[in-house]
Amino acid sequence: MSTRETRAVGRLLVAPSVILLFLWMIVPLALTIYFSLLRYDLLNPGMETFAGLDNYYWFLTDPAFSTALANTLMLVGAVLVITVVGGTLFALLLDQPVFGQKVLRLMVIAPFFVMPTVSALVWKNLLMHPVSGLFAWIANSLGLTPVDWFAEVPLLSVILIVAWQWLPFATLILLTALQSLDEEQKEAAEMDGAGAIPFFFYIVLPHLARPITVVILIETIFLLTVFAEIFVTTGGGPGLQTTNIAFLVYAQALLQYDVGGASAGGIVAVVLANIVAFFLVRIIGKNLEA
Amino acid sequence: MGNIRLEAVHKAFGGVNVIPGIDLDIEDGSFVVFVGPSGCGKSTLLRLIAGLEDVTSGRIFIDGANVVDLPAARRGLSMVFQSYALYPHMSVRNNIGFGLKMAGQPKDEIKRKVEAAAASLNLTQYLDRKPGQLSGGQRQRVAIGRAIVREPKAFLFDEPLSNLDAALRVNMRLEIASLQKKLGTTAIYVTHDQVEAMTMADKIVVLNAGNVEQVGSPIELYERPANLFVAGFIGSPKMNLITGAPASSLGAETIGVRPEHLVAARDGEGWKGRIAVAEHLGSDTFLYVEVPGVGTLTSRTVGELGFKAGESVVLIPDAKRIHRFDKTGKAIR
Repeated sequence: MSTRETRAVGRLLVAPSVILLFLWMIVPLALTIYFSLLRYDLLNPGMETFAGLDNYYWFLTDPAFSTALANTLMLVGAVLVITVVGGTLFALLLDQPVFGQKVLRLMVIAPFFVMPTVSALVWKNLLMHPVSGLFAWIANSLGLTPVDWFAEVPLLSVILIVAWQWLPFATLILLTALQSLDEEQKEAAEMDGAGAIPFFFYIVLPHLARPITVVILIETIFLLTVFAEIFVTTGGGPGLQTTNIAFLVYAQALLQYDVGGASAGGIVAVVLANIVAFFLVRIIGKNLEA
Repeated sequence: MGNIRLEAVHKAFGGVNVIPGIDLDIEDGSFVVFVGPSGCGKSTLLRLIAGLEDVTSGRIFIDGANVVDLPAARRGLSMVFQSYALYPHMSVRNNIGFGLKMAGQPKDEIKRKVEAAAASLNLTQYLDRKPGQLSGGQRQRVAIGRAIVREPKAFLFDEPLSNLDAALRVNMRLEIASLQKKLGTTAIYVTHDQVEAMTMADKIVVLNAGNVEQVGSPIELYERPANLFVAGFIGSPKMNLITGAPASSLGAETIGVRPEHLVAARDGEGWKGRIAVAEHLGSDTFLYVEVPGVGTLTSRTVGELGFKAGESVVLIPDAKRIHRFDKTGKAIR
């Protein structure tokens, strides 16, 4: 791609996919913005009237909004911490030669292949159920009172489920990164007298900086929109304790039949996601530069 | 001090005996080169001394103390790796000082030593760069700086010049040799390049299939190779090895004549043949001569004598410099 001709040809050749992707993005976005400016009630279809910025006003001043925003950030932050720290530890463990390594790796990766609704149901009914769940049985056999997870610590329960799903992803990425650590570098550190802990902090962790950044960025994209786990387990409750922005938009549209308000919420979510992305890239994006 | 002694050092990987058993003495302050073809166990031997591999049996003494049970860091040795193995995220300063930092030395002490080492290697202006911003030769210097700053009992070099281009290799060769002389620290240097071995070593250890074939000064190995392997390995171009009638007439199974001891002439008493290829290097000319009944012989003549491919020539060996070997390949003295 050095001469002017090859650059022009290159632009021409990527143009179809760029145009297609652009349309794919801009049409729904434009429609959502259009709906967000309407008074649009699903119970009275065909009666839409122009509402200006009213929908935004009501959505942003709704006390549910600030709760949902706090829940969203809490969920994203907590899951990121658990998956990055846990993923690093799992990766270190799986990088060791242990008995049954292949089977172990497969088992660690398995949760990622389970669809969110299914894993949420498994957690809800088999593990966290206050009467018939595994955790309740463990608590009972130790003579303790079982925890009613979704009633007592609903947000923590959702965080645990989502973290369980994303832990394999972080582990997988960090494990491959660990395996690419140069063997002679490890030996050089050994000759330099670095014990296990200094070796981890001075050699391994800097080596993992870039893959950790990738994990954080990718997970953030998906964690901002967590929906199925909440829908299946708590339905956003009790009260608003597990309602995040995505669930709030859903509730607005399909429980309150307010398409205009939900569209406004969607646009707000887009703006919030961009704000989060902006700060993330500012904070950790420098790790991606070579 | 840096006296290293190996006693019956044996190493096996699974069922494979890589090093069947080696005894070796390395005097304090000497520059010892392990040389041999690839797969001969020279790197393994170095790693055993370094402590990066465990010996299967045998003992290694450094300054009289058996170190086989000590971890690498506590043997007081430092190593320069083939790939340099610099820490990519650390500046040159931190790379050089990492060992001292791990040893818990005070900060200003580290700073002083790192700067002294950097100055002696012309690295002062690069101290705050990352390894990725340095050229191959500079990275090599950083790796050496990391080794010298710890003031080890001995330096271990594992083919450190193999990633450099030819011109830089000659430079670094001289630099490493003179630095070692200046510091007076024992050095063990592994290479497959016999030119490096000949030019740098006080003592060469020729290894083949995990066995020591011969130990001696470069000139000793060159003039009195103990066996066919050493005769064929040391010297460039290779020694001519001749079997059959010419050998048995001298009471040997094989005789060897170095190309420089095989004089090419237009006529005279010797092996008559035809020049297959003539390589003119300016200072030297290498003639590859096909001699019927003997094979292809290499002759090295000084300067340009005007020989061309296709001409017939007589090769006259220097009778005093013919090496004789018996059936087992041992030299007959």
